[in-house]
Parts: sequence; C-alpha cells; structure tokens
Amino acid sequence: RGEERRQAAQVQVASPQQEKMVFTKFVEVGRVCVINYGKDVDKLCVIINVVDVNRVLVDGPHSLTGVSRHVINIKRITLTDLKVDIGMHATVKSIKKAFEKDDILNKFKEEPEGKRISKQQRNSAMNDFDRFKLKYALKKKGEAVKKKLAELRK
Amino acid sequence: PQHDHKKMKKTTGEILSVHQIYEKNPFLVKNYAITLRYNSRSGTHNMTKEYRDTTLCGAVDQMYAEMAGLHRARQDSIQIISTAVLKASECSRPSVMQFHDSKIRFPIAHRVPRASHKRFEKKFLPARPTTFVG
Repeated sequence: RGEERRQAAQVQVASPQQEKMVFTKFVEVGRVCVINYGKDVDKLCVIINVVDVNRVLVDGPHSLTGVSRHVINIKRITLTDLKVDIGMHATVKSIKKAFEKDDILNKFKEEPEGKRISKQQRNSAMNDFDRFKLKYALKKKGEAVKKKLAELRK
Repeated sequence: PQHDHKKMKKTTGEILSVHQIYEKNPFLVKNYAITLRYNSRSGTHNMTKEYRDTTLCGAVDQMYAEMAGLHRARQDSIQIISTAVLKASECSRPSVMQFHDSKIRFPIAHRVPRASHKRFEKKFLPARPTTFVG
C-alpha cells in the first residue's frame, strides 16, 4: 500500500482549481484597476508607472473617474482584465482618448468587480419606496415559483 | 541631529528664514541617490543608497526607515551628505535597476485579502481565504 501511495504522490494531478492558477492580470503601465481601500474605494484608475515593488503611480483621470494622479500601494488596488494602450507617465488627454477608444467605462460594468460596484451603488441609492417595490417584486416572484412548483409536483 | 558634518548648530548660527521647497514634479518617478554618514555602535560609516520615489522627501523617508531597519541607526545618528536624482543609466543598485524597464510587468503573486474598510473586518470567516487574485 505504501507503493501505491508513493506512486499517487508522484503523479501531479491538476485539479480544476490548480489549472486556473495562471497569472493573467499584471501590474503594468496601462492596466485598469479598481481602488479597494481608502477614500477612493470602488473607483477606477489606470497604472501610469511602477514606483517599486509595492507602489504604483495611478491616475483616474480625475474628470472621468474621480481619482487624481497619485502614488498608491499595490495592496490598495485590484487589477481588472482591462488594459489601455498608453505610454509611461501618459498625459490626461491621452488616457482619456484611450478610455474612449476602448470604451473602458462601459466594459468595466460587465466585469465582475464592475457588476458588484454598480449593484452596491444601486442598492445604496434606494429609497424606502424602492425597497418596498423590491420586496413586493420578490414576494410576487416567490408566489409564482411556488405555484409552478406545486403544479409540477402533481 | 548630528552637527559633525556641517559644524553648525543652534548656538553657532542664527535661523533667518525657513521655506519649504516643494518637489518640482511629484508625479514623475525618479531614482534618488542619497549619500549619508551614520554612527553605528562601533564606529561611523559612509554609505550611498539608491531609492525609487516620486519626491526627494519620500526617498529620504525611505532611507531613514531602511537605516533603522537594517542597521538600527536612529534618525539623530544619520547625517545626509548629499542627495541626487540619477538617470537610469547612472544607477548601480539592482533593487532600483530592476524597475528600469519600459515594458515592466509583474503579477500580484500573493495577495492577503483585506476588507475594504476596518468596519467590515471579521474575526471569523466562513471560508479559508485564497491569496490568488489572477
């Protein structure tokens, strides 16, 4: 039995989890990121340059996303799948042009992070009437599901 | 603060005015070389260190932190002799030179997850966190 165990240990089986563990997002000039900590939480920015292993220089630009040019710790940003073609230390004008060309702001809304952020913003902007409407709609949906389920059970 | 290097202290001089000098372009990443002199427990030594930062003050802060960490040198035993902004070709420290790449690119290899606000930090989590972020 020891033999079998040794043989099993030698075979490297890539579990579905392991197979997905390839780096696809990189800290690089032009990478679009979301800030995940601090006063600019959930805002988009672009990496303009890398300062060192822990920090990067990012810019929103401010007029598009509300993030001004500053140095931020890599721990405070989440890389997205989106990337724009800009040079190092790109000007605000060229970043804006690149954002428009690749339609980044709309593409981001399709990203998982973008979906989460827009859902969060929509939910926090609900007033009491909206919450009531939501509750009513969910209740109606529940009733319809139960009714259909009862029919299928018969 | 030491006064060996410049031989000037409060009693030998008179402060006429103090102005803050601001970084000319704090949004440009630069390579700073700081030459310093510090007292260790057994003697005094010179050093030249290189840092990547956007401002000189930032580089000097890095220097003080590094000296404290690596050499246990406190701020008052360090004297800055000179500072300079280096071109990429003039740098010699590999820790700075590794960032001299116009196509620099690296993944986040290991990210310890953190809540987006202290308010949301939990003592117990439903599942073990993963450090792989892609």
